[in-house]
Formats: sequence, structure tokens, C-alpha cells
Amino acid sequence: MGSKTSSQPSSNHRTLPKAPTGIQGLDEITQGGLPRGRPTLVCGSAGCGKTLLAMEFLVRGATEFGEAGVFMAFEESAEELAQNVLSLGFDLNKLVRQRKMAIDFVRVERSEIEETGEYDLGGLFIRLNAAIERIGAKRVVLDTIEALFSGLQNEGILRAELRRLFRWLKDKGVTAVITGERGDGTLTRRGLEEYVSDCVILLDHRINDQISTRRMRIVKYRGTTHGTNEYPFLIDEDGFSVLPITSLGLQHEVSTERVSSGVARLDAMLGGKGFYRGSTILVSGTAGTGKSSLAGHFARAACDRGERCLYFAFEESPGQIIRNMRSIGIDLASCLKKGLLQIHSSRATFYGLEMHLALIHKMIQQADPSVVVFDPVGALMQAGTHQDAHAMIVRLIDFLKSRDITAMLVNLTSGGEALERTQVDISSIVDSWLLLRDIELGGERNRAMYVLKSRGMKHSNQLREFLITDRGVDLLDAYIGPEGVLTGSSRVSLEAREKAAMLASQQESERNERNRQRKREALEARIAAMRKEFEIEDSESALVAAQESARSERLQEDRRMMAKSRRVDEGNGSTQPRGKQDSR
Amino acid sequence: MKKNGMTEKKSPLTLDEIGRKPLKAEEEKWDLRLYVAGQTPRSIAAFANLKRLCEEHLAGRYHIEVVDLIKHPQLAAGDQILAIPTLVRKLPQPIRKIVGDLRDTERALVGLQLRPGKS
Repeated sequence: MGSKTSSQPSSNHRTLPKAPTGIQGLDEITQGGLPRGRPTLVCGSAGCGKTLLAMEFLVRGATEFGEAGVFMAFEESAEELAQNVLSLGFDLNKLVRQRKMAIDFVRVERSEIEETGEYDLGGLFIRLNAAIERIGAKRVVLDTIEALFSGLQNEGILRAELRRLFRWLKDKGVTAVITGERGDGTLTRRGLEEYVSDCVILLDHRINDQISTRRMRIVKYRGTTHGTNEYPFLIDEDGFSVLPITSLGLQHEVSTERVSSGVARLDAMLGGKGFYRGSTILVSGTAGTGKSSLAGHFARAACDRGERCLYFAFEESPGQIIRNMRSIGIDLASCLKKGLLQIHSSRATFYGLEMHLALIHKMIQQADPSVVVFDPVGALMQAGTHQDAHAMIVRLIDFLKSRDITAMLVNLTSGGEALERTQVDISSIVDSWLLLRDIELGGERNRAMYVLKSRGMKHSNQLREFLITDRGVDLLDAYIGPEGVLTGSSRVSLEAREKAAMLASQQESERNERNRQRKREALEARIAAMRKEFEIEDSESALVAAQESARSERLQEDRRMMAKSRRVDEGNGSTQPRGKQDSR
Repeated sequence: MKKNGMTEKKSPLTLDEIGRKPLKAEEEKWDLRLYVAGQTPRSIAAFANLKRLCEEHLAGRYHIEVVDLIKHPQLAAGDQILAIPTLVRKLPQPIRKIVGDLRDTERALVGLQLRPGKS
């Protein structure tokens, strides 16, 4: 338990003194507690927790704030009371022994009492006063003083005495809580609100569609500001807690840090870095599209970063989730063992919405996770009306944002509905929205995913085929052709066809290349042949020329010889006549 | 102590009452306790009314104890006293309580079961 967070806004500089209740959340709504030294009326129908609220006020006063208290019970004996609150960890007998608390059971039995003439409630005053004096009490509870009306007949006297009692309590300076049963159209059956007007708290326990929700509202609180909404509260083993969730605004800090979705390709689609920390991600889709698998990845990724993750499951048990995730290669059991992951499974219809909200709130406060998964968030619809569920989820998201928790809300879109419609109309308040859908084509059903929106980041507009493999989720480029998006076998067959076509074209080009090569070779061969031919011709013609010159030389020689033989004048120089040889 | 004469042990019978003894349970002891808070006119009136009533109907076999809660506040819880004044019939059983100053004798008698009530 320890000290509760009671954030006192600095705006009330001059507010009236308050007595902290120590009750989680109540001090926040009342901005500090109940009016000190004044009576507060707590009213509500039977079984809504009035006595418990009053009791916790006293117990916490005694244990946490050092203010002793007197509990004057009109309906239950001290033993019964002690027994009833023992389950909440309040040991009344011990407190009584320590003189931190006094319990006085005032039994009013109509059948034993006859009234004649004038009287007053001096006995009650004396008893109360004695108890207050004995332990130096600062707090008083009267539970339920209306019981007097059933025991005593003279209402005129009673009313006058009650007025005197409340006046007296104020004069005494004790902070009092007076409980009252709710009446028809009035806050209390006997109109106690007429006397106790400083602070009136209304508790409500209503049943909607067989599901009960507890709510609290501060009807009035004189001289101070206070939250005016209805706040859900719950009573569990730690006592009373009020959830001031509706008081959240839109002032939360925003982070620019990014966190991975756990699927690399998905991160790539989200500007390469994943989601913003503290953002709210909606994953919606029809049944069996892999929403939970995506959530599993997300949870695992958080644990891998060493962050704590809280997984709220409304349809599966923790064991089932772990087994199913393991089948696609996501090991959550080890995260669970390390204490980084907590899985809370509860049927949505098990409690009312407020109780769910309260429990979620509480668990988040205890576990202080950085990542939260709700699977599926739409199941909460079953726990209340549509409107309530919507309001609750808005409050939940606000709460998560205020704590900088990245939340993944898984939402089932039922068949036949527009895909862009979520069960609880939360699409407008989420930051990122991943839409999973199935595509029926060629006799099979395949999954596809796209990022419908993602605030504040560049994100892919591409439809991706969403594959669930043994190693988790994988995203593939989807084929978009004239026939639309192709997935699964169609994609595979198209891939095969494309591969074949590519092969064919490759072969074609190889053939072309070969042809070219051949042509070149042929050409070169021809060139070589021609060159050869030319060389032959060339050498032949050279030979002919040589022969010719040799012949003409020979002829000349012959002529000279002939001339010599004919004794031609040396000086003549003319060609020697051929007859020379003949003369020899 | 300071019961101021309000504690009456056995009052001497007057002649008038001797002849008017109750019809039944003659020897029954009546043990009455009157809770008051201080000497207020109302408590004095209550005591006077009670005494008169007892003398008339229970002469000789009643005992009245007056408890001042201002002096003994711890005694209030035992008999579950809320209203002041309250008369508690301790005996005969069962315990009966009559709140008020006993101004209405008829109702007081009904309350003490000295006279059959109108159910």
C-alpha cells in the first residue's frame, strides 16, 4: 500500500484545510481529501461500498496520518465489522488495542423501545464524545445514522437532534463521514443531505446487461474545486481505489523516440524506425489475419529491449498465448520467466467495464510497463454498452499516453463490416493504424497488411503480403497487376511465370550474342582470305616485273655482245650489231 | 454520592396504594434503571413521572437506579442508550426501553407492559 500519490495541484493556493483519506484516487479527485473538521456525507444504495469507504478513511487515517478515529456503527457489530474488513488487510482489533481506533456499535431495536414524551439523543452524543475523548480521535464515522429513523418514531425530534449532532461534530473539529442509504429520487432516504452540506459523495453500483459497475461522483464539495465526473472505483484486496481517469487531459508529453514493432519490414514501412514511444497503435482486421501474431512480435521486441510489457488478453489464457506464439517462433516464455512480460487473461464479461478499467489501471501502476497490448480491445464491448466501451477506451488511451506507454490495441473487425470501421470507433484516437485483411484469390485466402495511418511519420502506402512463418511474421511485396493484388499461390505462380520469361529473354540475348560473334568471325575470315589472295597476287606481279627487267637487261647485253663481235667503233657507242658472234 | 436523592430504594407504601396491588405476579421484582444526562428539567420530570407511576402500580416491589451519563458515559453502551432520558426495565425480563420523559402515562404503562398494548 504505502503512500498514495496525491498530486495536489498548485493552483489552489487558498483552499480549505483537507484531511487526506489515503484512498487511492479519492484524494486526487477531491484535491487533497475530505474537508477537515467538517462532516462529509457518503451516500449510495445498498452494497455499493459506503461502509468500506468510511472504514478505509478511518484505518488509513490511523495508520498513515496519525489521526485516531471513532467508528460508530448502527448496522453491524464491532466483531462483524472487524471480520468484514480483515479480508482487506485491516486489523481493526489491533488498531483498537493500540487506541488508534474505537468502534461503538449502536443497536437500535424498535420492538424494545416505547416512546413517551420528550427526549433527545443525549445518549448518543455522550457515547460519541466519550469515544472521541478516550482516544483523542480526529475522525469520526457514523454508519448509518439513518438507522435511527427506524428505531425511533418521533421524526421531529430526530431531525432536530441530527442537526444538532452535525453542528456538534463541526464544533468538535472532527472530520466526519456520515453514510446514508440512497432514497428514491433523493440522495439519502431520510434527507440527510439537508444537514450535511459541505461535501457529498455519491457511490453508485449499477447493473448494465447483468454486469455491475461501481462509480463515484462528488455531488458537491463546498469551498473547493473538485472533479465532477463519475469515476469508476473498485474494491479489492487492497481496499478501495478510485480511478481519476476521466480527469486526464491532453497535456501528455510526447516522445520522438521510436520503438520497433518487432517486424523489420514493418519498421521499414514506418519510416524505417517503427512507432513513436507512447503512441497508440491499432491493429485491426478480420478473424485469423494475424493480429495477435503481430502483437506477439511487438511484445517480444519490447522484452528484447529489456522493457516491461503487459499483455492483456481477453480471449486466450496465458498458456495458450505462449503456445501459439511459440508455434510461429516467438518465444514469450523466456520473457515471462525474466519477469519482463506479464500476461493477464480475463474474460471481458467477467467484470464490468469500470472494473476492467480499474484493474488495468492498477496493474499498469504496479507493473509500470513501457509497452501494453490489449488483445482484443473490442472484447470489452461485451462488458458494457457501446458508448461506455468507447468512453472507457478513450480514457484508457489517455491514461496510457500520460504514462508514455506504447500501446497496441488489437481489434477484430467482424465480417461484413467495413474494414475501416472498428468495433469501438477508436480509429480517430489512435496514432498508428495497421490494417490486416485477407484476400481471397485463386481458391485460397491470404493475408495482406497496410499502414492505414501513422501520425507524424513518413509511412509506406504499399500493401504488403503478410506471411506467418515458422520464424514469425514476414512481410513481402505484394504484386499489383491488372488482375489486382496477387498473393499466395497466385503470387508464386506469377513469380514463376516472370522467372520463365526472364530466362527466355536471357537465352534470346545469348543467342543473339553468339550470332554476332559468328558473323564477326566469318567476316574476319573473309578479310584474311582476301588479304592472302592479295599477297599472292602481289608477289606474283613482283616476280613478273623482275623477270621482265632481267629479260631486258639480257637483251641489252646481247646487243652489246653482238656489236663487239661486229667491231663496231668503240666510239660509236651505238648498239652493237648482232653479227659479232658470227664473225668469230 | 451525588445522585441528588433521585435514587429511591424502597419507598414506604402509602395507605392508598396498599389496596391497589397488581392483579398477577405479585411477588415479581421490578428493577428499573433511568438514564439521564445531568440535572435537566427533562430528566427531573422523567424521574418524577417514573416515581409516580411506580408508586401507583408497583408499590413496594420496584427499584429505581438513576444513571447520569455525564458522570458515567461508559455506561451508555451497555444498555444501548441513545436517547435521554431512557428508562430500562432490567427485570422482569425481557428488557424493555422507554424513551422520553414519561409524560404520557398510558404509553409508559404499555411500554413497561403493565397494561396490554394495542399491539
